[in-house]
Amino acid sequence: MTMPLMRPKRKNPVLRTRQMNLPPWARGRVALGITASAAEGRFELQTCEDCGTVQYPPREACHKCLSPRLHWREQTGEGELISSTTLHHSNDLFFRERLPWRLGLVHLDAGPTLMVHLHGEVGDIPPARVRVGARLDRAGQAVLIGFPNEGSAHMADDKMLREMTSDPKFRKVLVTDGKTEVGQAIVRALVKAGADIVWVGHAEPWKKMGGLDDITALPQVTLVPLDLTNGRSVSELAGEIGGKVDIVINNAEVHRNFGIGARRGTDVAKAEMDINYFGLLRLAQEFGPALKGRSADGATGATAWVNLLSIYALSNFPPHGTFSASKAAAHSLAQCLRAEMRPAGIRVINLFPGPIDDEWNQHMPPPKLAAGALANAIVKALRDGVEDVYPGDVAQEWLERWRDNPKILERELAAGG
Amino acid sequence: MTTATEELMSTAEILGGLVSAMATGRIRVIDLTQTLTPEFPQIALPPEMGQCWPFRIEEVSKYDERGPGWYWNNFSCGEHTGTHFDAPIHWISGRDLPNNSVDTIPVQHFVAPACVIDCSSESAADDDYLLTVADIERYEARHGRIPKGAWALMRTDWSKRQDPEAYQNFDETGQHTPGPSTEAVRFLVEQRDVLGFGSEAIGTDAGQGYHLRPPYPCHYYMHGAGRYGLQCLCNLDLLPPAGAVLICPPLKIEKGSGSPLRVLALVGSGS
Amino acid sequence: MKRRQSYEGVAVAVPITVPYVRYSTRTAHWFIGQAVEALVKASGVPKEQIDGLCLSSFSLVPDTAVGVTQHLGLSPRWLDHVPTGGASGVMCLRRAARAVQAGDADIVACVGADTNHVDSFRQTLGSFSNFARDASYPYGSGGPNSIFAFITANYMRSYGAKREDFGRIAVDQRTNALGNPHAMFKKPLTLDEYMAARPISDPIHLFDCVMPCAGAEAFLVMSEERARDLGLAHVVIRGAIERHNAFADDPVMVRGGWLVDRDDLYAQAGVQPAALDFVQTYDDYPVIVMMQFEDLGFCEKGEGSAFVQSHKMTFDGSFPNNTSGGQLSAGQAGAAGGFLGMVEAIRQLTDAAGPRTVPDAQLGLVAGFGMVTYDRCLCTGAVILGRSA
Repeated sequence: MTMPLMRPKRKNPVLRTRQMNLPPWARGRVALGITASAAEGRFELQTCEDCGTVQYPPREACHKCLSPRLHWREQTGEGELISSTTLHHSNDLFFRERLPWRLGLVHLDAGPTLMVHLHGEVGDIPPARVRVGARLDRAGQAVLIGFPNEGSAHMADDKMLREMTSDPKFRKVLVTDGKTEVGQAIVRALVKAGADIVWVGHAEPWKKMGGLDDITALPQVTLVPLDLTNGRSVSELAGEIGGKVDIVINNAEVHRNFGIGARRGTDVAKAEMDINYFGLLRLAQEFGPALKGRSADGATGATAWVNLLSIYALSNFPPHGTFSASKAAAHSLAQCLRAEMRPAGIRVINLFPGPIDDEWNQHMPPPKLAAGALANAIVKALRDGVEDVYPGDVAQEWLERWRDNPKILERELAAGG
Repeated sequence: MTTATEELMSTAEILGGLVSAMATGRIRVIDLTQTLTPEFPQIALPPEMGQCWPFRIEEVSKYDERGPGWYWNNFSCGEHTGTHFDAPIHWISGRDLPNNSVDTIPVQHFVAPACVIDCSSESAADDDYLLTVADIERYEARHGRIPKGAWALMRTDWSKRQDPEAYQNFDETGQHTPGPSTEAVRFLVEQRDVLGFGSEAIGTDAGQGYHLRPPYPCHYYMHGAGRYGLQCLCNLDLLPPAGAVLICPPLKIEKGSGSPLRVLALVGSGS
Repeated sequence: MKRRQSYEGVAVAVPITVPYVRYSTRTAHWFIGQAVEALVKASGVPKEQIDGLCLSSFSLVPDTAVGVTQHLGLSPRWLDHVPTGGASGVMCLRRAARAVQAGDADIVACVGADTNHVDSFRQTLGSFSNFARDASYPYGSGGPNSIFAFITANYMRSYGAKREDFGRIAVDQRTNALGNPHAMFKKPLTLDEYMAARPISDPIHLFDCVMPCAGAEAFLVMSEERARDLGLAHVVIRGAIERHNAFADDPVMVRGGWLVDRDDLYAQAGVQPAALDFVQTYDDYPVIVMMQFEDLGFCEKGEGSAFVQSHKMTFDGSFPNNTSGGQLSAGQAGAAGGFLGMVEAIRQLTDAAGPRTVPDAQLGLVAGFGMVTYDRCLCTGAVILGRSA
């Protein structure tokens, strides 16, 4: 049984804040295939197209028949724990600071033997049936984890598993825009997930949008002035709360429905870029350093940065052409942010929803993503520790088409679908 | 000063007198301008329309690695951000008039007398207060007829609302700020030949001006008659009801419809 | 299967140890240089006559054996770099012996050497092998400890072995070490101390682990004729095997590659296991020693516990094992650990083993094991050495 996570005690302010020592982050190119699929929440291994043998560790030629035709396939991860040990000593700084630590040797039903981190609820005495999954560790690289087949209600609170995830429970979160339905749904979902404090940003307080009063009434919620187009607003808020924020959720966006010819002038496109792209830049410059400095600060320290992008970031949706371009710019910058956050072990999570069910997508036919569904996807991503999320049917479908052949998708979108 | 007195003094003496009066403090300079900061609200139109940029400012360097010995900024804003001047070309009714943009307005218009009509207590009681012809007549009964070519400034003390939310005063039915009635505007233009209209609120028209007939009558009639507007003024309560001289040259923007500017008033001490 | 050519006519001589130190600021080149200098001095063979070089060293990087030739002023006509750690002693010997038999070299210097800086462990870990980097290091043991913990735990569960059984191996080796002036550990070890030592990665505890250090081991390979001409005490090779990536389908290591070819080894030597007077097993961890007892034919698989319970493994006991103390008591000087058993075997068979001499030793077996990837070691080898006629 996993001990449920307790609310941590107040921090002693005169003590130095523990910094992050990353676990070993080197992986060969082929091995990064596991990381790529773990980033989306899947456990994949190479399978030989010619003889069907599953390979581990990842490699360049089938160890059975020498075929180079090895393709990544999702695994059930079912297998037998054949041996386990508890580390009481390590020369590696990350593990040294977190001893004791359980490891297991698992023989997958699919064939290979794997070394895994062991969830605390996996029995002590092998053999035991386990299910192996892949998660991103604090270095952002995939590691394999042996899970029990039946987990308890608190299994997410396992000390090892928490190092792979960014659970909002007992954490302090900044949501950059609370004025939209999506922002309010995110706030409610975070409160339900056990966040201690949710700071909710709002710009232009004299512009009244509905719903803000309801979430302000929640005891965990504090409204804070935040205008991502105003550098000083961002730096002042960062000065005030930046040292306490554990998770940044940047959902602020400007969305209009223009391509190139439908509206003269660049002011609308500039407004989209000023929040969707430059807003992210300002926010990252001001909140990034403190977030990085607290990434190993106790059991509920700083842990993640979430960006609300759009599936249009992958391939331009011409009716919303300038919006698409701004989201593509934001996507690129978010990748830069991910690289800069990596040394501190902060997870950068990018969401690529299809059309959200809001006023700017009024003309889009269903299916459209409800604000609540988007909010739940964010909380799930934090809990699962994934990096790239494509919530909703449209996003999933466009992703599949984009991966299959981006040029064909470009043509289809240019033709209106 | 009467015309007769003017004729007795040379222009050198007039100007020299002004300079020495300012040096001794007999003539003082009042600043009627709100400070340009990112927090100061700007006019907000429905989201489908183009918007006026708020004031934004970003350091270039501050005695640091970006520029070791100096401090400077880049800023951006709209022509109608902060305390600003409206030129006739700003409104459709003034689009074809001659000399109707900030770069072509005759510069002598940028120094002009100002009449300050006090509606502060009425505006305190009613956010949507409209200046009436009766208010103007009451003013003139006490302070004399509004001269031709003078600014008509509507004092509401609205600028004392420091909180941007209170200053903008939006609710679900829109913005609620005081302004002139259609009749008052027409009176000022047709009966008094004023230079322009000035307001302490975000616009020269009332916040609910869209619902007057015609919509936004101050813009419509003033600019349609080649007159000007000033908004987001402050310190009108420091001006005498009559006799102040306004200095308000906008930036010389090619075909500009307006610009943020410094609005100053020359007043006598003891005013 | 075609019978391999014998190693007849090959002599192995001049066992050299460059004393171990825990940490050194010197490079591997220094330890190799010291080994070669000692080989020259002890053999009387001038450096110029060493025309073959076989080297094993991890910390030599970015140099390999080639760099050493210029560094030490050698000009060999036969060269091999064998970076296989614990199996390199056996593998260097096999290669050097064939070179001498073929006439490709007359006198081959075989050296295993490594330095150990205070931060050596951190530097070598990151690049030990691709599979280790991708599938083992991320799991934090920072070395092979957890891998062998899995293997030990699995062995214990499968065959009912107890920690005390592994303790016997360690304790008897320590007794042997007390007669080895080069051993890093100088104090006796009791079974109680072994059992009470702090856990590293259970069931591996402190005295199941070798101590990394800096040092070198070396010997010369030449023809028997040459050895007699030089007046050098020497041993002969009665048989040798090696095997890599054996039993790859075993989900966890329970047997090593020696098992595949051991019948061939004893056939080459023309003896049965009982004929051996001592073994020098590769002792990175006691469980592997126990597996070597099984896989090299001294007992059946799974009977390792019973075997160690019923034998005394000291130099003067019923089954002398690792008479120098092995790596567990002498220390592991990197790749020199793969040469430790070979050099000790040569000493035992040339009456150079001092107070730890195995009485009447005629035949000894040296086993090699090494190159841990991510879940097991890949290389195994074994050599049977005998006294010269």
